[in-house]
Amino acid sequence: MVWQALLELADDHLVLGHRLSEWCGHAPMLEEDLALPNMALDLIGTARTLYARAGEIEGAGRDEDALAYLRGERDYRNCLLVERPNEDFAHTMLRQLYFAALMKPYWEAAMGSSDPVVQGVAGKAVKEMAYHIRHAGEWVIRLGDGTEESAARMRDAVAALAIYVDEMFDDSPAALAAAGVLPRRADLRGAFDATIAAVFSGAMLDQPAAPYAQRGGRDGLHSEGLGHMLAVMQSLHRQHPGAVW
Amino acid sequence: MYSQGLIGADGRSTESAEFLARFQARIDAEDKIEPNDAMPEGYRRTLIRQIGQHAHSEIVGMLPEGNWITRAPSLRRKAALLAKVQDEGGHGLYLYAAAETLGVSREEMTEELLSGKAKYSSIFNYPTLSWADMGIIGWLVDGAAIMNQIPLCRCSYGPYARAMIRVCKEESFHQRQGYELCMALAFGTPDQKAMVQDALNRWWWPSLMMFGPHDADSQHSDQSMAWKIKRFTNDELRQKFIDATVPQAEYLGLTLPDPDLKWNDAKGGYDHGPIDWSEFWRVVKGQGPMARDRIKARKKAWEDGAWVREAALAHAAKRAARKIAAE
Repeated sequence: MVWQALLELADDHLVLGHRLSEWCGHAPMLEEDLALPNMALDLIGTARTLYARAGEIEGAGRDEDALAYLRGERDYRNCLLVERPNEDFAHTMLRQLYFAALMKPYWEAAMGSSDPVVQGVAGKAVKEMAYHIRHAGEWVIRLGDGTEESAARMRDAVAALAIYVDEMFDDSPAALAAAGVLPRRADLRGAFDATIAAVFSGAMLDQPAAPYAQRGGRDGLHSEGLGHMLAVMQSLHRQHPGAVW
Repeated sequence: MYSQGLIGADGRSTESAEFLARFQARIDAEDKIEPNDAMPEGYRRTLIRQIGQHAHSEIVGMLPEGNWITRAPSLRRKAALLAKVQDEGGHGLYLYAAAETLGVSREEMTEELLSGKAKYSSIFNYPTLSWADMGIIGWLVDGAAIMNQIPLCRCSYGPYARAMIRVCKEESFHQRQGYELCMALAFGTPDQKAMVQDALNRWWWPSLMMFGPHDADSQHSDQSMAWKIKRFTNDELRQKFIDATVPQAEYLGLTLPDPDLKWNDAKGGYDHGPIDWSEFWRVVKGQGPMARDRIKARKKAWEDGAWVREAALAHAAKRAARKIAAE
């Protein structure tokens, strides 16, 4: 179903945007206190349009907020990478690089979507993903080829996130059913690998072989952290059913 | 956002009377003073202190609002709040840049903030206890800041005046956004209305204190006025703010928590009840409910981020060395 595929995509963007927004006011330098919310805004903006479109196609009267605030963690369909906690700046930047390195070619392909809303989102998101890659990629290089401590933290991040990469390229039944509206993720691995290889070479980082691939996000099988994130995010909205904000 | 009446600047100058008179003549002619111009040391010190306090206020001010980003009750509000807090950080950045033109570095200013030596607006030492605080801060706190800052667009020091033009445009947007948030609550469910009334009760007096002590108790006003760093006194600005705000509260059907607030025909403005200055001085001196937590949060961000900043410098040095080696 197209609306479910849009929901998966919207969940990816909202969850990652929310994680980035947790940095606001706590970043390592003022410039990053501006950059991180900026990227969060890009992602949340994309999520809003996708939720609205998903709700419209579903036709059950759910708007963007009903979809974002009134589903629990078992109903969220984001891939596991985006819900990983911020940990430190190295984890955050690598997570961002991985996501943007997939989503840039994804949105490029989606510019030819048969759905005009998806087409519109794609045109804007392609540019955003290009600068997210640049921003996060430059940080991965600085940290990987910076001090001993930063290189060690970067290697830790690479090791910690490795098991979440393969799942990003899975196409759920809903996504496959949305052919023509949304691109196939499986087709984009080559472009992703090329982006990561270029950054990792500048960062003096090795691509580790993941010991296994952790999956489950598209089936609503998440890590425990997502429930806490949603508990915070949804608390006020749920305290006032039906209220308009 | 939000500078407040300047706290504790030393405007004394030791230059010759002739130098000071020449400088004053430029000020009186409404010349803008630029970074490379000769200026009295007291003028420089006063500006560094004022711009520094202002910049720190923007940075610390990201925390009370940041407190609600992850809980914003709709995606539209979440995006708006993120953008607003980001704006405040941006104001901090160009205010630090304006202060740097006076010969002080951002690092020095940051150290003064973290050590507790530098002041910031007392308003941020209050906690944000409900979502309605996001609306009230926009409406009242940014509203008070605008009253303070519009005249700063004509400040005699060029870089500060120019920075304030952009800051004021954004603050004015924030204020309208905050008021619009309050409207949604005031005209919403009974619980939402109670939430915004409670927030107004908590923020009204601290907002009035943002303008600083009464003119009679404000030590530094005269010199700052003469140098046209400041154009209106604390009490004048506070009065303008009250007069503008009372009808806005009436429109929302909210009650301002001051039984003595009433229209005075003779002065063409509102009279208000006494301000608790002992609370103001307590909070300025770091005894506000959140003062320790705010500085602790800033320190933690700074210390946790040290390895990132060190890595960026180390990487830049490596690149430079490689470039030289390749030439």
